[in-house]
Amino acid sequence: MPADYLPILFFAVVAVVLSAIAVLMPALFGPKRPTSVKLAPYESGKLPIGPARRRFSIQYYLYAVLFILFDVEIVFLFPWAVVFRDLAPRWLGLAEAAVFVLILLLGLAYVWKKGGLEWE
Amino acid sequence: MTVSQVVFILLSIAALGGALGVVFARNLFRAALALVLSFVGVAGFYVLLEAEFLAMVQILVYVGAIAILIIFAIMLSRRMMSSETQPWNEQWVGAVVVAAALFAALVFILSRVDWPATEAQVPADSISQLGQALVSPDFYVLPFEVASVLLLVALVGAVIIAREQ
Repeated sequence: MPADYLPILFFAVVAVVLSAIAVLMPALFGPKRPTSVKLAPYESGKLPIGPARRRFSIQYYLYAVLFILFDVEIVFLFPWAVVFRDLAPRWLGLAEAAVFVLILLLGLAYVWKKGGLEWE
Repeated sequence: MTVSQVVFILLSIAALGGALGVVFARNLFRAALALVLSFVGVAGFYVLLEAEFLAMVQILVYVGAIAILIIFAIMLSRRMMSSETQPWNEQWVGAVVVAAALFAALVFILSRVDWPATEAQVPADSISQLGQALVSPDFYVLPFEVASVLLLVALVGAVIIAREQ
């Protein structure tokens, strides 16, 4: 029922309002006397050793794509897992999900074999 | 005005505001973050329509994975990260004409459909029924297994493209 989700909506509204206050109040009322040191990116008090907006390694992209694929796998397995105990021939449901997972496991083996999981 | 109408308006503000942010943000990274807001708004619409599983999938796949992929893609391209991008270019007149024509065509079609509504109630345990249908030989067990093969093909393709560099 959508009514069950009202607490989540309430939480989201409170989060938006609170963070808006936290961002807007200092911007409106805070004194602004910037120096180059104050404007530097803050990371545990260490001096920056280069620009923060540098290019990231292409390797992250493969990880992100792999994540999406296995994410979608979970989406398919989730409704199956909810009803697994009630399936009429339970072994058939188990076998079908096993085939589904095994096909994707082949893919994981392929990525592993090709060195896609190695960090260079 | 009922509660669900208020919620619908709030969600519409989030979804449409996010979509406008995607189009008008000068910084591509901010456009990607606005896209996340739009995705969350659409997930809220799914909850409102009692499609809870679809809402969860929208959050899990679109907000959790696709948005991350887009943000990675921005961080991987040097030009996108270093400078503000220009949302306007010299082809904007043609783009306006095409967008206006598409909008007119959509309004024309949407106003002619009489939108039949079914009397049937939304099943309370829609996710159980979906699970039963996914593995039942009478329903979708073949598409279920073929989806796995499709994911495998996408996985192999991603590895081949990424390993070329």
